[in-house]
Amino acid sequence: MSRRVLPGFRLSLGFTFAYLTVMVVIPLAACVAKAATLTPSEFLAAVWTPRARAAYVLTVGASLASAVVNVLLGVLLAWVLVRYRFPLKRLFDAIIDLPFALPTAVAGLVYSSLHVENGWLGQFLVPHGIELAYTRAAIVLVLVFIGLPFVVRTLQPVLESVEHEVEEAAAMLGASRWQTFTRVILPMLLPAIITGFALAFARSLGEYGSVVFVSGNMPFRTEIASRLVVDRLEEFEYAQATAIAVVLLAISFSTLIAINLLERWSQRTYV
Amino acid sequence: MSEPHLQFVAHDRRAAPSASTTTGVPAAASTRTLVPLRQSTRIAARSLGTTRAGDLTSGPGLRARATVTGTAAIEQVSSARAEARDAVPTNDLSNWKNAQQDPLWVRLTLIGLAVGSLLLLVIIPVANVFYQALSAGLHAYWDNLFNDPDTRHSIWLTLIVAPTAVGANLVFGVAAAWAIARFRFPGRSALTTLIDLPFAISPVVAGLQLVLLFGLRGYFGPWLREHDIHVIFALPGLILATMFVTLPFIARELIPVLEAIGPDEELAAVSLGARGWQVLWKITLPNIKWGLLYGILLCNARAMGEFGAVYVVSGHIPGQTQTMPLRVDRLFQGYNTPGSFALASLLMLLALVTLVLKTVLERRTQRELAEAAKLHTVEIES
Repeated sequence: MSRRVLPGFRLSLGFTFAYLTVMVVIPLAACVAKAATLTPSEFLAAVWTPRARAAYVLTVGASLASAVVNVLLGVLLAWVLVRYRFPLKRLFDAIIDLPFALPTAVAGLVYSSLHVENGWLGQFLVPHGIELAYTRAAIVLVLVFIGLPFVVRTLQPVLESVEHEVEEAAAMLGASRWQTFTRVILPMLLPAIITGFALAFARSLGEYGSVVFVSGNMPFRTEIASRLVVDRLEEFEYAQATAIAVVLLAISFSTLIAINLLERWSQRTYV
Repeated sequence: MSEPHLQFVAHDRRAAPSASTTTGVPAAASTRTLVPLRQSTRIAARSLGTTRAGDLTSGPGLRARATVTGTAAIEQVSSARAEARDAVPTNDLSNWKNAQQDPLWVRLTLIGLAVGSLLLLVIIPVANVFYQALSAGLHAYWDNLFNDPDTRHSIWLTLIVAPTAVGANLVFGVAAAWAIARFRFPGRSALTTLIDLPFAISPVVAGLQLVLLFGLRGYFGPWLREHDIHVIFALPGLILATMFVTLPFIARELIPVLEAIGPDEELAAVSLGARGWQVLWKITLPNIKWGLLYGILLCNARAMGEFGAVYVVSGHIPGQTQTMPLRVDRLFQGYNTPGSFALASLLMLLALVTLVLKTVLERRTQRELAEAAKLHTVEIES
């Protein structure tokens, strides 16, 4: 492209820059500035209370657990949707995207009412001691729903592009189907699995709308970090709320960086 | 010489019988049998699993032999073809397909597990929303939705907030995609990261940022109060929060589409004297329209359903600052489950419509990209 023949470079870049400054940079700076008004010991006192620690552990733990479930479920769903034919397949394929389109509050609402004692699913599960409403397991479950599309949608195109010669060669060399899958196909899918895992994990970390419905928000037990921020805000403890928010920001940014490094590593190793 | 040779390779198998049925072999034809011979012996060799054809397929040597003894070559062709035909049933070619096929019980188990988990995770919840919304009858459903003034207002409010936020992000998305996909400049990848940032930030934190800026005790709070402008706990705050959360959608959707289509048509338009806006309206936007619609659709779904960010800045004043998702929450907290599910069913309908449109648009955008790719291959070939 020779020296900007196309018009609109300055206008579009200028507008983009201004918009991002107003919408993203200034708010973020405000957040950091507010947190900086606290002395280090005040900051620590705000972010390192037992209640806050329990909330971080729960947020990260539930996100990890749901991302792991999403990987297992995602591999299964992508495999079935790419390789097999069965009735209503296209419908099942399409509804995997529902968590993208559905307001998370609706997801939370319906999940909590499905799993209470007299709910559609709760009436069968609660008598057996499986309580999926207002527990930590409930948080993981709804996060599995929220993250459902990520692994499936990153895996599907990769699985489609696996050439059948690869599996033929494995079969010719005497591999069983299981060996072919674990030793040949799975390594090829690994970069996509890592990407999907990371996307689902990052999404779960920030999820709020659905979790507050299903968790019951009990401090120390089912209160996630985002909820704690809201709690502090509602007590008008702005600085404390911001301090916890900065910790959350740090967690999600380091996740982003880790994702990028992991993706680069997996692409170098396996592609 | 090289051109007909190439052509012959192109339809190898169909050319073979006509070559072998020719009896008189003119000098030209004998060289032309060269390729079919190599093809069919290769096929035969592959199916027989022998290396016998190895010496035949080595190019120049074969070419010399074939030109000298044209008829012998033809005989070899037909015998090799016959062998190949005979060899097919004995060598189990059906294994080719089986290498990718799992045993029936595996297939059934996996399909069962997949369908079962989708049923539990997605389909039963969808059905449950409509069931609970309609369980008290259509009349009560209608009452819950439209005879509750606060619920009615929440629908109205969402219909103001979401399109405004989508409109702003649409302008931003087109501008950002144009700058990023069409020009190279320092800091380009940093800009892309910055656009992605709202995806990584928890919506609650997004709302908190706005409170810190525009709240009563925020940085601009005193100034705003002086001028009697309400941002937090008012409509502008709701719109700003929604804008922040949905900021990346359209830009992220457009950048790859613009990159795939390439700047050629726009360059042509400029060289023919089109001005900037003419290029945008007559060339670029028509080219990317399906991708654009797809981005708008996703952005809108998220904007209408946004909860966390809006929750923080709303103040929850019924009839004033409650969008639909917030109203669902408040009705549920107030033990008005039927009312809450009635409103939730509207949002669910929105999601289902979005899903259908998305499937349609996905196919269109893929066609758009495929056409762009086709144009590129034509260029490379010509």
